[in-house]
Amino acid sequence: MIQGHFDEKKGLNSTRLKLTTMAIFNIKVNGKTREVDVEPDTPVLWVLRDHLDLPGTKFGCGIAQCGACTVHADGNAIRSCSTPISAVGDMEITSIEGLSENGDHPVQQAWIEHDVPQCGYCQAGQIMNAAAFLDKNPNPSKEEIASAMSGNICRCGTYTRINAAIQTAAKKS
Amino acid sequence: MKLNKAMNRRNFLKVSAASGTGLVIGFNWLAGCTPTSPEMSIPKSWTDINAFIKVADNGLVTIFSPNPEIGQNVKTSMPMIVAEELDVDWKKVIVEQADLNTVKYNRQVAGGSQSIRAGWEGLRQAGATAKQMLRQAAANQWQVDVSDVSTEMGQLVNSKSGDKLGYGDVAVAAASLPIPDEVELKDLKDFKLIGTSVKNVDGEKIVTGKPLFGIDYKREGQLIAMLIHAPAFGMKLKSYDAEAAKAMPGIQDVFKLDTSLEEPQWSDVNAFNDLIVIVGETTWQVMKAKKAVNAEWVADTPLENSEDHFAKLVDGVERQKGRVLREDGNADAALRSASKVIEKTYTAPFLAHNTMEPMNFFAHVTPEKAELVGPIQTPESLRGTVMKVLGMTEDQVTIEMTRMGGGFGRRLYGNFGLEAALISKAVGKPVKLVYTREDDMTQGTYRPAYRVKYTAGLDENNNLIAFKAKAAGIPGSPLFANRFPAGTVDNYHGEGVNVATNISTGAWRAPRSNFIAGAEQAFIDEVAEAAGKDPLDFRLELFDRAINNPVGDNNDYDAARYAGVLKLVKEKANWTQDMSGVSRGVAAYYCHNSYVAQVVDVVMKNNEPVVQKVWCAVDCGIVVNKEGAINQVEGGIVDGIGHAMYSQLTFKDGKPEQENFHQYDLIRHMQAPEIEVFFVENDIHPTGLGEPSLPPVMGALANALYKATGTRYYNQPFTKAKQADEILVG
Ligand code: FES
Ligand code: FES
Repeated sequence: MIQGHFDEKKGLNSTRLKLTTMAIFNIKVNGKTREVDVEPDTPVLWVLRDHLDLPGTKFGCGIAQCGACTVHADGNAIRSCSTPISAVGDMEITSIEGLSENGDHPVQQAWIEHDVPQCGYCQAGQIMNAAAFLDKNPNPSKEEIASAMSGNICRCGTYTRINAAIQTAAKKS
Repeated sequence: MKLNKAMNRRNFLKVSAASGTGLVIGFNWLAGCTPTSPEMSIPKSWTDINAFIKVADNGLVTIFSPNPEIGQNVKTSMPMIVAEELDVDWKKVIVEQADLNTVKYNRQVAGGSQSIRAGWEGLRQAGATAKQMLRQAAANQWQVDVSDVSTEMGQLVNSKSGDKLGYGDVAVAAASLPIPDEVELKDLKDFKLIGTSVKNVDGEKIVTGKPLFGIDYKREGQLIAMLIHAPAFGMKLKSYDAEAAKAMPGIQDVFKLDTSLEEPQWSDVNAFNDLIVIVGETTWQVMKAKKAVNAEWVADTPLENSEDHFAKLVDGVERQKGRVLREDGNADAALRSASKVIEKTYTAPFLAHNTMEPMNFFAHVTPEKAELVGPIQTPESLRGTVMKVLGMTEDQVTIEMTRMGGGFGRRLYGNFGLEAALISKAVGKPVKLVYTREDDMTQGTYRPAYRVKYTAGLDENNNLIAFKAKAAGIPGSPLFANRFPAGTVDNYHGEGVNVATNISTGAWRAPRSNFIAGAEQAFIDEVAEAAGKDPLDFRLELFDRAINNPVGDNNDYDAARYAGVLKLVKEKANWTQDMSGVSRGVAAYYCHNSYVAQVVDVVMKNNEPVVQKVWCAVDCGIVVNKEGAINQVEGGIVDGIGHAMYSQLTFKDGKPEQENFHQYDLIRHMQAPEIEVFFVENDIHPTGLGEPSLPPVMGALANALYKATGTRYYNQPFTKAKQADEILVG
């Protein structure tokens, strides 16, 4: 796509053409098909946050190191900061906003029960990772939880509560 | 019954004429609270009783939480204090974050673990005064004396007739009554809400991903801005070429910004003032364009290295003459006569704050006003700086406080708020400035690097007769010379050395204590060992001395409360019991007016020490929100263990060598121990809780690691730094 660009400071003479590679993507997010017009390398994280008004998924590191941006792709936990929209294809993306209709997924309930959050910033990613993990391992040990959750940083140090909440959620689901 | 009377002459008790009652538009309390009674309907009107309290016709109560929320849970605990005195059912309470308003509220700061301590009296008065006015309004309506009106969870009861009225029924009448000169505060034993566990008021919003944080803020027509700063401390911008970046999609402008201030205040500390700004439509477009800017930087002050820092700290402790901070008796003479002398040094590196939410701020600056929204621990200071720089008056600058994705001290320094304001002014549009993680980690106000040398002397009966502490810090000494062990030993010498740097530093959770406590408590352990005494009993022995016959009269701490937490943790952790395979370390510390003692249990797994459990006793006076308090204490412990074990920020030619989490290690879930927390129960007004559990755990950990591995850990981070006998853990 070619866009005209008007540089206010330099006036019309310096108008240049910007070569962009925007493209239309139809992706399935939280049960709906959404159309976005972005560059293909745009990470799913920024599509959710900037284009689809779903800011629950958080930016922490941008390089797949902290887990703050965890969403589900066909039920698997992925790092949305490092997944370009062009790689999504037909996969169903679920963000924290779509994990449950009324905020009552067993993991969300357990999080409230254990009053897990401190600042709360990492928690959407923690919850999404925990929910995907419990789907695959509905009866985990404390150690299995710890190892499955070690990709998600909580700077406030709520790990012990997260572990307890996942054990509670496992009993519920 | 003892009555606590308080004089009410404060601004927060007045309601401006304009505010009175009003219809509610845009009602959203359902998201924040779940009314349980079926008759609870959406209110038709609200009445302001005072700056903290609004009562609806149907009895719902809005309580404004004055202070910024960084995860310390004040948005729940501060309103609890108001609700307690107001005597209202917590289920009918809606909490809202107050705006910055220094006329109405005192000290709207998140820092120094002081929100509850400093707010306690005023919050209680706000609740008690409102209750008094509601009672008076009911008394007037019933034509009885106010003493015949009591309250019961949001209900007014006529003790003569048994009639009842809801708070909502008399709110309008109450608001027009004069503010009473004196009110009764509840007797502590009558507290119903304080001391219970109340869930985080934002909990449901957090677990469902509602936009709460500054980085989530969005305004119609807003642009995204990012910064490029010098790659190294000591450098400034020489030239840059932004042609390619400007031609990229969505990019609106790339320009240079100078944020240096003529008369900076303490909260204006900032790593870099020489900045390149990229403004565009979406975050990803701006991130990409940022990489396309070519900038040339030149050194104008020395480019510092971690090795030089270390050498300067050694020089500071070994050779520089520092400032004497306290002198009791003659420590050197006592050391000469001592039968045993123990001398050890401890170091710790620079640390970044690494809040999970990177720095960001929204600003919309027009010639008439500046609107700022975002995460800031010191909104009033930021407003002051913005006013000065933009040449505006107080009423032209508004700051809305969002929930913060962590603070730990980083957001005391609001450079990002000023940057956002200047960028918005330059582009004439609403702008949200966002730091990448790399920007956040490398444009910090870091925890200083420290070194301390301790010398202790024991007499022939293994009594402590001399204690010297010489502490150096880049840029400031970490020593608190009037804290333990000062006051417990006849001959004490405390000395501080400051080493200059061009690296920006600032407060980091439990400033100075976050190093000195661990060092001191590890050293005390070695002294106890040299004395052949149990390390916990050795500490108690010292506190006995300070209780019965303290040295000097300028000791910061209360020795009996200090001993109290040690005794509590001794009992709860079964300290005297031998647990096979478990190596234990103890530590105690006082800071932010609170006392903490901990026992750390380490076990060996596959030849590696693993922190299995931490036992923690806390004396922070009255505990307001039990579960929230435990959460804070747990967080401090995990944070303390993590930074002592794994974290460091090092410099090479002025450049931070860690830029993101693949290089900067933070404690992970697998490394976090089980934690049990015990509170001393007393009637002392509440003191700090966000910080005090962090400092001592570093010492208790070092002591437990020694028991487990035979190595003394002197240098942080324990898993990376060389120790005296050159053995690494982890
Ligand atoms: S933001 Fe994606 S893993 Fe950190
Ligand atoms: S709750 Fe603050 S980062 Fe996890």
